[in-house]
Amino acid sequence: MSETAAASAEMHQSSTGLPSRKLLMWAFIGSECMLFGSLIITYLVYRGRSIVGPYPEDLLNIPFITVTTFVLLMSSLTMVLALAAVQRNDMRQGKLWLLMTALLGLVFLAGQVYEFTHFVHEGLGLTTNLFGASFFLLTGTHGAHVFVGVIWLLTLFVLAVSGKLTSENAETVEITGLYWHFVDVVWIVLFTIIYLLV
Amino acid sequence: MENSTAEHAHASVKTYLVVAAVLGVITAVEVAIFYIEALQPVLVPLLLTLSAAKFTLVVGFFMHLKYDSKIFRGLFVGPLAVAILIILAMLALFGVFGGGGGAA
Repeated sequence: MSETAAASAEMHQSSTGLPSRKLLMWAFIGSECMLFGSLIITYLVYRGRSIVGPYPEDLLNIPFITVTTFVLLMSSLTMVLALAAVQRNDMRQGKLWLLMTALLGLVFLAGQVYEFTHFVHEGLGLTTNLFGASFFLLTGTHGAHVFVGVIWLLTLFVLAVSGKLTSENAETVEITGLYWHFVDVVWIVLFTIIYLLV
Repeated sequence: MENSTAEHAHASVKTYLVVAAVLGVITAVEVAIFYIEALQPVLVPLLLTLSAAKFTLVVGFFMHLKYDSKIFRGLFVGPLAVAILIILAMLALFGVFGGGGGAA
């Protein structure tokens, strides 16, 4: 596909006059609200109903998870900085912030892997009790979304390095950003519900 | 040719930095509140309010919903409202509000 054709495809608009890909991403995010809503309900309904331990208050490490939460919040900042840079065709900054966002996402994932490993060593598995089942399902689904986001960001970074991502593709970066920020807002809710409202 | 994303006025980099700082401060306040014994009776509404504030800041500024088309807002807020209503209905159904739960 030539560059002109690629830019044309990039800017395809729906009958609403809005970019169709962005419209689709918002519809997808709407459906994701329902998905995470159902998992949050499951967690809340089962909260405090485990008949065997370990219980959340025995395991949850608030200071540690506060740090990883802060890391994910800051990745949202680097994501908007990446978009702003690409929009003004500053690809050097754009590449830097895209890579930084992916790295912060990886730090968050590393924290989650550490937490999961620690919980398993403490005797909490997916089938140990209601807390284990609902906790791993909810945070694991979120972690899978972060993982997909990191792969997506690294793909954009590679495209930018190879010169295939320019300011003409700013909408692609914006759509990636919408997904990434959504993953962030889901964690804002999960951090409060799982860790602070023990 | 101008990109469609440029049609909407987005926030400035300075605004993004301020929003990120506010998000960091709110997170610190949330954790501080969690450890203050005197605030335990109002912990739930307080934390939910702060969490909602962070949620709104990210969606409004970082996701540009504050500046973007109302159609995007509808696509997000509609399902979000349905999800929240279903959560509240299920919590009521399972007696969480009435203290019907609790560890066995």
